[in-house]
Amino acid sequence: MSGVGEPAWLLAFVCGAVFLLSVLPLIHLGWAGLKGLEGGEAASVLLEAATFAALRNTLVAAAGGMVISLVVGALFAFVVALTDIRGKLALSFAFMLPMMIPPQVTALAWVEMSGPSSPLLKTLGLAPPLGSPQPLYSLAGIALLLGVQHAPLVFLAIKAGLATHPRDGVEAARLSGASPWRVFRDIVLPLACPALIAGGAIAFISGIGNFGIPAILGIPASIETLPTLIFAKFASFGSSTFGEIAVLSTIIASISAGGLLLQQRALKGRDYRLIGLTGARAAFTLGRLRIAVETLLWGTLALVLVAPLLALVASSLVPAYGVPLTLHTVSLQAYGEVLFRQTVTLTALKNSVFLASAAAVGLLVIALPAGYLLAARRGRVANLLAILIEIPYALPGIVLAVAFILAFAAPLPVIGVSIYGTIWIILAAYLSSFFAVSLKPVMSAFLQMDPSLEEAARLAGAGFLRRMRDVLLPLVAPAAGASVILVFLIAANELTVSALLWSAGTQTLGVAIFNLDDSGSSNLASALSVLVVAVVIGLMATLEVLAKYLPEGVLPWRN
Amino acid sequence: MAQLILNHLTKDFGAKGPGEGGPAVSDVSLTLRKQGFLALLGPSGCGKTTVLRMIAGFEQPTDGSIEFGECRLSDAVRVLPPEKRNMAMVFQSYALWPHMTVAENVGYPLKVRRISGEAWRSRVAEALSLVRLTAYADRRPSALSGGQRQRVALARCLVQQPDIVLLDEPLANLDQHLRKAMEETFRAFHERSGATMIYVTHDQAEAMALATDVAVMSEGKLLQVAPPADIYARPEGRVVGSLIGRGAIVRLRLPEKAGRQLDWPLLQAALAGRRSGHGHAGEGPLSDVLIRPEQVHPDSGGMPMRVLSSVFEGERSALTLALPDGQSLKAYSNKAFCHGTEVPFVISGGWRL
Repeated sequence: MSGVGEPAWLLAFVCGAVFLLSVLPLIHLGWAGLKGLEGGEAASVLLEAATFAALRNTLVAAAGGMVISLVVGALFAFVVALTDIRGKLALSFAFMLPMMIPPQVTALAWVEMSGPSSPLLKTLGLAPPLGSPQPLYSLAGIALLLGVQHAPLVFLAIKAGLATHPRDGVEAARLSGASPWRVFRDIVLPLACPALIAGGAIAFISGIGNFGIPAILGIPASIETLPTLIFAKFASFGSSTFGEIAVLSTIIASISAGGLLLQQRALKGRDYRLIGLTGARAAFTLGRLRIAVETLLWGTLALVLVAPLLALVASSLVPAYGVPLTLHTVSLQAYGEVLFRQTVTLTALKNSVFLASAAAVGLLVIALPAGYLLAARRGRVANLLAILIEIPYALPGIVLAVAFILAFAAPLPVIGVSIYGTIWIILAAYLSSFFAVSLKPVMSAFLQMDPSLEEAARLAGAGFLRRMRDVLLPLVAPAAGASVILVFLIAANELTVSALLWSAGTQTLGVAIFNLDDSGSSNLASALSVLVVAVVIGLMATLEVLAKYLPEGVLPWRN
Repeated sequence: MAQLILNHLTKDFGAKGPGEGGPAVSDVSLTLRKQGFLALLGPSGCGKTTVLRMIAGFEQPTDGSIEFGECRLSDAVRVLPPEKRNMAMVFQSYALWPHMTVAENVGYPLKVRRISGEAWRSRVAEALSLVRLTAYADRRPSALSGGQRQRVALARCLVQQPDIVLLDEPLANLDQHLRKAMEETFRAFHERSGATMIYVTHDQAEAMALATDVAVMSEGKLLQVAPPADIYARPEGRVVGSLIGRGAIVRLRLPEKAGRQLDWPLLQAALAGRRSGHGHAGEGPLSDVLIRPEQVHPDSGGMPMRVLSSVFEGERSALTLALPDGQSLKAYSNKAFCHGTEVPFVISGGWRL
């Protein structure tokens, strides 16, 4: 399409939004990092033993998590995409849940499931004796949970990769006389290789930036990772803090960028142009093995998803820490506390609902014109804009939070008021971080729309705003709805960004759960977490109901 | 109504990749007759759709201009936006808005022009009755068949009384017998609306059946514009000759003074001369000669040719014949022939390209 179509203000509007949300904070981060290194004082943080330990811990935990994610995610993806097992949609939905559940809740649930004080184990009489160590408070524990949390990313990458496989390629191999196992080894696996690499890289990068899991599991055992180290430095605010956290953030950002580059290099020359009938899945019939495979998958899900969530529910039903759950001790007191009595949790609920709704609706207002523009106009400007929108989402939350602190700590020009310490800085960071989340469904709706629908409206005489209102918006409405729900879902559960940006009165749900657990009120933290998980499942189910009105590939668990 | 003039129209999308070196449309000049029906014919990728989209205002020419009467619609500097052109288009995909009913789709151009109430209703009803879809007014496009959708798109064009109607391969997605019916609808539409129509197609039979003028494009260039009967009888050059109608192009030595319309004695001499390698007819430079199948008849006084294939097509058989020198020729016959037999044929006429 030529550039004749859209009015000039559209490009200016989108560029302005991208500048404020992406470019400005990134410039501040880069600038502060440079200045910190130059001044020497902040650069000394690089030589501290704690930094080295944190760097090592981060890399080990992220690598371990990646291996676990790859094994579990690939198993589920291959089985769901290639075989004739039953209940695929339910399996996919359940398997995707860990990705949507906030990491600190996952960590909390696993802690409640294992260890000496687990109400669930106590009730079942399986709890280890009091005083024995909690096995999850270790680097291995962090890696395990990172693996569980990010396995859905690998699952998605491989499933998406396999979905584009030509079925006739597999059928031709079968006719050539290859056994199912040979076909898998010789045809499917090589073709799935790019997706495996991509999935592994995403899992690794997500592990590097994860804050919730090492915060809950690492801090009690004094195991620091780079994100928790930044958090600790920030908590003990000193004169060189800004420089130090800028330098540390730069390290995280470079490891992430390095991971992405490595992935791109590995993928080079592996772009197998697929020819033939795609879309239809290549099905292997499992026969008598089917029931065994189904048992394996649902058993794994029971272990990594159902059991921790049950433990979480159990902990939320006991009146105090360490009490076993029996018919006599069960009480809803914790729910009463978090929902009606504790002002901290009530404020957090209110803040999170406000932040999530404002981010979701505000981003829609930006994402609609941006999606239209990027879909209509391809070329260098559009590519650059797309990359700039993607960067804050790809950056670990802790780095983005630091960038926003650096950009907005000083009073705003012109009005002379600082938004630092208010809820608005969290909102600004959310807008930046989730722009890409909001844009994706809207943009794919615009891309999948037949351009002649808009052209017909133009010839009918409708100007830009007119055809936007009468033709384009009604057609992208379902995708816009999905965009709002997805952003709400992610923003309401967010911890990492708000952990650095909150202050008294502006705590979010994620922060409240973290603080409650930190102060030993594990039953209140559990109750709040159970509520959060319930809302997550509810919103995901709503999207599932909407699914048939949405463009392909908008819902992460359905592709 | 004013005339539409394309003036040295050129569109270059920039080098897009191997094999797409030249501009998509290059130096196309054309004046449409008032209320004419122009078919823009050419193989896919020849630039005909780009010309149409430039006329609509979706693409800006890199050089040249488009004028409508006194008004300049497009040139390399300025483009009048499509919404201000009072043109209508039938898209290959029909481009019906799925969230509106049939009546809302048809009435949208009126709604944009702030026509509402009784005037809106009566004009929509009139347009729908013309395409025989009155009963479907309240349905959604998804509940209609391909041919019905096509007619809704046509009604939407009709309702706004456009100056120019553009049709972008409108029959490409329909099956054979629907095409015939739709051609009839288009003809009626043209007579009724009095609009200038431009019809892009790669199907020459469609172009011949509908248009008052046929323009043939190839590789971005306009090769010939003429009424259908003219372009069939007197195509310019090898490309047009092979695109329009059926026929065989043979290379013959013809005397310089021979005209372009060739008769049997001349052709016979040329063929014979070529075989024997001497004689005055076989001496001139080599020329491309188009011979239509209906110009080749079995005749006992003709020249013997070998039957290479004989395919029964229903109303007649289509033959492929080999000339004595090995070049092949097409012919129609009411009688089937055996493969390999030698049969005498007369070529009643040919056209030097």
